Amino acid sequence: MGTSLIKTDALVKIRNMSFCRGKRVIFDDVSLDIPRGKVVGIMGPSGTGKTTLLRLIGGQLKPTSGTIEMDGNVIHRLSRRDLYKVRKNMGLLFQTSALFTNLTVYENVAFPLREHTQLSESMIRDLVLMKLQAVGLRGARDLMPSHLSGGMSRRVALARAIALDPTLIMYDEPFTGQDPISMGILVKLIRHLNDALGMTSIVVSHDVPETASIADYIYVISGGKVVGQGTPEYLQQDENPYVKQFIHGLPDGVVPFHYPAVDFGQDMLGEAS
Amino acid sequence: MDDAPLVAHFTLDDASLFCTGDWTRRGLQARINDFHALPIPTTVKMTIHGDDVKAMDTSGAWSLHRFIHGCKAQGVDIELRGFTQEHYSLLDLIARQQAPQEIPDAKIPGNLALIGKNAIDGFWQVRDFFNFFGEMFLISLTWVVHPGRIRWVSLLSGIQSTGYNAIVIVALLSFLIGVVLAYQVGLQLINYGANIFVVDLVGISLLREFAPLITAVIIAGRTGSAYTAQIGTMKLNEEVDAMETMGLSSMELLVLPKMFALLIAMPLLTILADMMGVLGGMFMSKGLLDVSFNEFLVRFGQVIDVQTFLLGLIKVPVFAVVISGIGCFQGFQVRGSAQSVGEHTTTSVVQGIFMIIVVDAAFSVLYGNLGI
Repeated sequence: MGTSLIKTDALVKIRNMSFCRGKRVIFDDVSLDIPRGKVVGIMGPSGTGKTTLLRLIGGQLKPTSGTIEMDGNVIHRLSRRDLYKVRKNMGLLFQTSALFTNLTVYENVAFPLREHTQLSESMIRDLVLMKLQAVGLRGARDLMPSHLSGGMSRRVALARAIALDPTLIMYDEPFTGQDPISMGILVKLIRHLNDALGMTSIVVSHDVPETASIADYIYVISGGKVVGQGTPEYLQQDENPYVKQFIHGLPDGVVPFHYPAVDFGQDMLGEAS
Repeated sequence: MDDAPLVAHFTLDDASLFCTGDWTRRGLQARINDFHALPIPTTVKMTIHGDDVKAMDTSGAWSLHRFIHGCKAQGVDIELRGFTQEHYSLLDLIARQQAPQEIPDAKIPGNLALIGKNAIDGFWQVRDFFNFFGEMFLISLTWVVHPGRIRWVSLLSGIQSTGYNAIVIVALLSFLIGVVLAYQVGLQLINYGANIFVVDLVGISLLREFAPLITAVIIAGRTGSAYTAQIGTMKLNEEVDAMETMGLSSMELLVLPKMFALLIAMPLLTILADMMGVLGGMFMSKGLLDVSFNEFLVRFGQVIDVQTFLLGLIKVPVFAVVISGIGCFQGFQVRGSAQSVGEHTTTSVVQGIFMIIVVDAAFSVLYGNLGI
């Protein structure tokens, strides 16, 4: 199964985790490991709860059963104070960037530093400029978020997410809606930052080639279960029908093209009669 | 573009249907009812000729398909002839769109179920509301215990926007309330020649009731709604989530500065409203009742004691907590869409004003029981 990589030291351990929203089961007995220092891709079609998984790891949601451990802490059993402490070691890059719209680019990146540290203003300035330099936007520091393109605001959000040098950084659909150039920049940045800063990265995405090009290990999720896992090369060869359809982007297969509906002919004629 | 009408034509013989013209949505528009009214032929076999069909889109193809389907259901054999390759593929595509799949019926709850659901939702909301207030109270203690954590910039800018910027409207409206009050009271007092008692009536009712109430209603409409909209928009933009994932308490960052800003600004505004209201009463008394400013002020000093002023002022911090609490709570309830921001902003103002009046009534009962 190509799981040898995983047996090494895991930063995040998910064990037999289930999560339900009302009667809808989002995750059903999921177990997975995020090894330290690696880039791990979590893939699956839209609506399979990939973002929910990030929220579970971030402690914004509680699993219905099972455990999620980060660095030995069971996230959902932590007190509020400890949870906030653990969260300082996590960066989350939101799908919508979620920049503070009333603050400049510079102040957005400085925000977590000001809140969590007692650093002097000149030290904060140096750190902010370093992070902005890393994402190539040092020159944009005085702009407001409304003046940034989609790709730029995502890079600012990335700079903000790494401001405190977290041990774990989670990317929620980082490639969605990006032009090829911004996409290339983001792909390079994610890998580069991971290796340079010694972080562990989780990339939640449905962009197969981009994720495959940077991930060390990939989990494929569907219907609340892990249906496939392995290195990108391994998954390319995987014969599991679902994994095959997803990785190769086949329009029809185990996942039907059509959302469940009554017979099309009946539907249209039925209205006429 | 030429202005020639685009029309679909068809003629039906015993065993043939001749289609010509534009079989498009626009072309069929005028003829669609006629075409649907075509009788199903009684022959065994029928040919549809499409040699002169100039254009066809899905509406045309669908209409034709429906006719063919009807014929086949009656056991009439259909042959298509003379259509172009494109039209054949379109007809074929339409005919194939019949994937047999099942969906479960949508559950439509009955009235009783709806009442139950609303009751339960209401109950949860009340519970959430009390949770929120409890949390707000606990976290506000941290500011009291550790004044070093107070966010002065947010607090001061909050006081500016909720207090300083509201001075003109509060002053103007309370002045007018003073005028109205003195006028209504004055009309009655004139009948008894008891003009000077306007001071007692206006003074007590303004200081104890109207000034705090008017200030609170203005602030609920002006500031409570702004709090809801601001937090709601930040929620939509995931800014609130971003704060939480940075390990920061959105309650401490967003709610506390707002609540403390109101706690400081509202009593000051109420004192302003007291003064402006009395001023309005003075003007009206002079004009209507011939009570000079001097007489008014001398009498005011004699009959209105500090207790009257304080009994009004003591309610204001409670109003401040109610307004900021409801405003922020509704902001955090925003989910999903811009419409939700609008709905919760409305709810925030309505609930805010409602609760202010309830609290005011509670104070009246309390004062009544205490005999003050």
